[in-house]
Parts: sequence; structure tokens; C-alpha cells
Amino acid sequence: MYLFIASEIMLFGSFFTAYFFVRIVNGTPWPTPPYHLPVFVATINTFILMTSSATMHWATQSIKRGNVWGMRAGLLLTFLMGLAFLTSQLYEYMRAGFNTSNGAFPTIFFCLTGLHGCHVFVGLSILLFMTIRAFRGHFSAEHHHGVEIGGIYWHFVDVMWIVVFTTVYIL
Amino acid sequence: MRNPLRSEGEAYRLLWIVVGGAAVIIAAAFVNTWLGVAVAVIAFGALGWWLMKEPVPGAADPPKPVASGTPPGTRRVLVVAPPGTETVAAPDGAELLVVVPALASTRESLTGAVDDRRHDAEATAAALEARLPAARVEVGADDPALAVEDALRVFGADEVLVAGDDGMLEAIRERVAIPVSRA
Repeated sequence: MYLFIASEIMLFGSFFTAYFFVRIVNGTPWPTPPYHLPVFVATINTFILMTSSATMHWATQSIKRGNVWGMRAGLLLTFLMGLAFLTSQLYEYMRAGFNTSNGAFPTIFFCLTGLHGCHVFVGLSILLFMTIRAFRGHFSAEHHHGVEIGGIYWHFVDVMWIVVFTTVYIL
Repeated sequence: MRNPLRSEGEAYRLLWIVVGGAAVIIAAAFVNTWLGVAVAVIAFGALGWWLMKEPVPGAADPPKPVASGTPPGTRRVLVVAPPGTETVAAPDGAELLVVVPALASTRESLTGAVDDRRHDAEATAAALEARLPAARVEVGADDPALAVEDALRVFGADEVLVAGDDGMLEAIRERVAIPVSRA
């Protein structure tokens, strides 16, 4: 687990280093005029992702108490909210009005949010298998390690989004 | 050091700590950019301090002595036999549980690459089981002291015999309250 955390810190750290270099050392305006960042959509996405963490926690707590239907509902809701996040992010990309050939700002923007999007995609894949297994009755109050591990990953992805959202969209 | 991703509950708590920290940084940055930077430095420092200093619940407490639940008239002996042990001297008339810890290096433990070490321990356990038909033989955790603690939870031993080196003997002696001696 420590190696996973360290590798993720280095991966995201390299992209954040590029971000801070472009923005602070180079003094590039953020976002570079005439472009605008879709802050409103990203804010809605942030609330969706935070809510999905709450439903993930609900799912884990439910199965620990033996509430199988609570877990199933929690996992399904988490998956749907994750899917909504990813879909709206792809939609946001298509409507952004800039692409990676427009300079350092769009490149860093797509790299950072895209890297996080890849993590969400992996998380969604894990959630999909977890949800299928949950509906097949693979988890119980005694055996729910798969839900616990998937939950840890999902919360980690949400933590990274809070960092990305704060630095890229807000500050 | 606290592992913020140790459990789902811990990770969920970390998320809300990060949300709170981000909200404070954003608020400060809107007042003044450098105030935001200062708050960010303090927030990251506080997070680092929390991760480094706050003990994992229970970790700072001294290990609880494990009491023996031996029924009257029965002598129970727990034997710790590292992988490669060919035989252990079974005390006469005692109920015997032999634990073979799957000893792994630090690197193997950190990376979770303990499959080979576990196979070694299983091979030793199988050999000991063949030589000691009256004994129960099990494979334990990669940490011998932890393997003993695990075994004592289901086997109320009167004493522990260690077939390993002095370091292993001392590590186990520090963790359990019952007599520990060399096998």
C-alpha cells in the first residue's frame, strides 16, 4: 500500500510540477486568454464525486452490518455517479474550445484532468465488477474484502480530484 | 506513521480532511494570494504532522499480555519452527501446536511478494506433520511474534518453544506473557 501511495504521489507530482512550472515560473496566465475553464460544470462534478464517496462509504458500512441490499444500492449509486462524472468530463472536453496544440495551458489542463479521468475509469471498472459480484451474492458481513479495497481506491480518486479541482479550476 | 489508506473508513476520513483543507486554502487565496500560499503550506504541514505523529489507534499501547486458556490438567505447548526445521522435540504428554512462520525479507513484506516464502513454510509444515502425527502444524504470518499471537488466540498454550535464533526468541518473549524458551 505504501508503494502504491508513493508511486501515485510521484505520478501526480510530476504533472503538478509541470503545472506549477508553467503557471508560476513561466508566469503563464491561467487560463490563457481567450480561453475559459468550465468551473461551474467542474463544481457540479465535484459534488457528484463527493456524494459518490458517501454512497461508497454507505455500501461498505452496510455490508459490515450484514445489510446486503444497502451495499448493493450504495455500489450501484456510486457506479452511476462515477459514470456521470466521467461522461460530463468528456462532454466538457468536447466543449472546451481548446486542445493540446494551443499551448502549455491546455496541455497541462488535459494531462492533469485526463490523468485523474483515467483513475476514475479504473475505479469505475473496479466498481462494475464489485457491483456485479454484490448482486451475485459474493459478499457478506464476514467476507467483504473486495468492497473494502474498492472503497479505498474510490476515496483515493476523490481525494486526488479535490486537489486537481482546487489547483486547476479554483486557484 | 499512519497509513491514510489503511481501511475504507480511514480513506473516507482523509477525503473530508482534504475537502476541509481545500476550502480553507481557497478562502484564504481569495483574500490574498500569498495568504493562500501560506495557508497551503500550513495545511500540508499539518497533514504531514498528522500522518507522521498521530499513532494508529492501539499502536502506541504496549501489547496486551495474552492469557492462556488451558483447561485444567492439560499441558499445551506452542512450538515455533522456522522454515527448514527438520524436527522438533515434542514434550511428553503435551498437546502440541507447531507454527511455521512464513519468514520474509523486508522487501518481500513491503511488496507482498511472500508467495515463495509461504510455499517454503508449507513444505516445512508438511514435513513436520509427517514426523509428528499427534501434533497440529500450521503456517503462520511472516512475523514470528505475530504468528505466535495469532496462534495463541485459538490455542491457549502454557509455554512457547522457539526453534529459531536468539532474535526470534527475544521478539516473541517481548510480545507474550507466557514462558518462552528455546526448543
